[in-house]
Amino acid sequence: MRFSRIYALSLRHIYLISSSLPRIIDLIYWPTVQIFLWGFISKFFTLNSDYYSNTVGVILTAAILYDFLFRASISYNIMFLEEIWSRNFTNLFIAPIKISEIITSLTVTAIFRTLIGLIPASILAIPLFGVSIFELGIPLFFLMISLYIFGVTLGLLVTSGLLRFGPSFENIAWASLFFLAPLGCIYYPITILPETLQIIAKALPLVHIFEEMRNILLTNSVNMYEIVKSICISLIYFAIGVIVFYMSYFGAKKNGTLINMGE
Amino acid sequence: MNIQVKNLSKRFKDNIAVNKINFTIEENKTVGLLGANGCGKTTSIGMLLGLITPSEGEIIINNKNLEQIDRVSILNRMNFASPYVELPKKLTVKQNLEVYGRLYGVEHLENKINELSKDLNIDIFLNKKTGELSSGQKNRVTLAKSLINDPEILFLDEPTASLDPDTGDYVRGYIESYKKRKKVTILLASHNMSEVERLCDSIIMMKRGKIIDEGTCQEMIKKHGRKNLEETFLKLARSEDEI
Repeated sequence: MRFSRIYALSLRHIYLISSSLPRIIDLIYWPTVQIFLWGFISKFFTLNSDYYSNTVGVILTAAILYDFLFRASISYNIMFLEEIWSRNFTNLFIAPIKISEIITSLTVTAIFRTLIGLIPASILAIPLFGVSIFELGIPLFFLMISLYIFGVTLGLLVTSGLLRFGPSFENIAWASLFFLAPLGCIYYPITILPETLQIIAKALPLVHIFEEMRNILLTNSVNMYEIVKSICISLIYFAIGVIVFYMSYFGAKKNGTLINMGE
Repeated sequence: MNIQVKNLSKRFKDNIAVNKINFTIEENKTVGLLGANGCGKTTSIGMLLGLITPSEGEIIINNKNLEQIDRVSILNRMNFASPYVELPKKLTVKQNLEVYGRLYGVEHLENKINELSKDLNIDIFLNKKTGELSSGQKNRVTLAKSLINDPEILFLDEPTASLDPDTGDYVRGYIESYKKRKKVTILLASHNMSEVERLCDSIIMMKRGKIIDEGTCQEMIKKHGRKNLEETFLKLARSEDEI
């Protein structure tokens, strides 16, 4: 892998974002709306629920972390879709860039898009609702790493579909995360799920991340084992995502979808 | 660099897009790939660019099979321009050339962009967004992108399609002068017969995925007893039998 090529591809997206104020506003707008919405819901629950009475902002913290996951995944998809929308797809795949470099570039650049939205929203939550995700302390960093890896994995799987099936797969890109959200136990404990679904849910990193987030906020203790487990599960899914992406790339070459792919 | 294509075929399910084609392009020569829409030109170029996996056959570049050559190293020495493949519209012309220059590892990139900008008359809108340009301007920018790495093999797919006669002539003139200055092997797919006559050393005529005839323009015109290449093309394209 060569850094200069990864940087070149990232630069394409950095130029795109930095040159467009509406794009920047769009990146900030949705997470901010989420904060407002879940902030008020969170406030209502903390006033009316014994479960949340110990820790103000469990739901809001969950909403911010879920949004981080959502933005990471969507950012990945959008950057890939930008190549299709701009009919630049063929130029990209005839450029001397390795597939691993494309994956790395999208993975690295997606963090910038994600943080542009997340940082203002997280800061806004402090004065508005008195909730700071930074109260999670150092474990927050590791939880976010796990979330980010899983977020880009979902992005990787959706882009694999785009690569293989073309722009018609775009709708899946928008819906991808909602498929898993109910099993992710983002706003509720895993015990709410039926037993069979609990088994499936435990195979996802989300359950371990959000259960641990609640554990830290409600009991003020950290279970590093759960955090490490979530990172390991995310990495396994990421490896699967990379394999699927390569398979889709070779499938697209076989089916001729790499040439003339556009809107 | 020279290109040899041996028994190259591509099947998409039941459809045979390219059917056992064979041809050679000698180093620094320009070969025209002609044929009606859907005859297999773009699929052939796609296979030569490594975008499409052939069903059968071999592509040999400088005596090495394309499948065995490192993908990045060979793509570094090739490039492609087509009006149907665009550059990101929201980026300025300069930003696009910079991104592709970096992807191709071009040294002294700023100088290279300036040189191409002056040569192709795009320096006046270098800081304009690519999506805001006219077809003719976009076409020249696409050509600049395809020359950013001084390719040894250049694939041009209808480089002057939808251009006004003046801009079309300018682009053809530039390709002509570029060929004289640089060592480059060109495969040109075009429906403009005067362009093919002007730029190509020889031509390959395709029909329904097969090569039905090849030779120099003059040889083809003479062989088929027509006045010019346009009429020769029409005769071959309309004939029911393969030659």
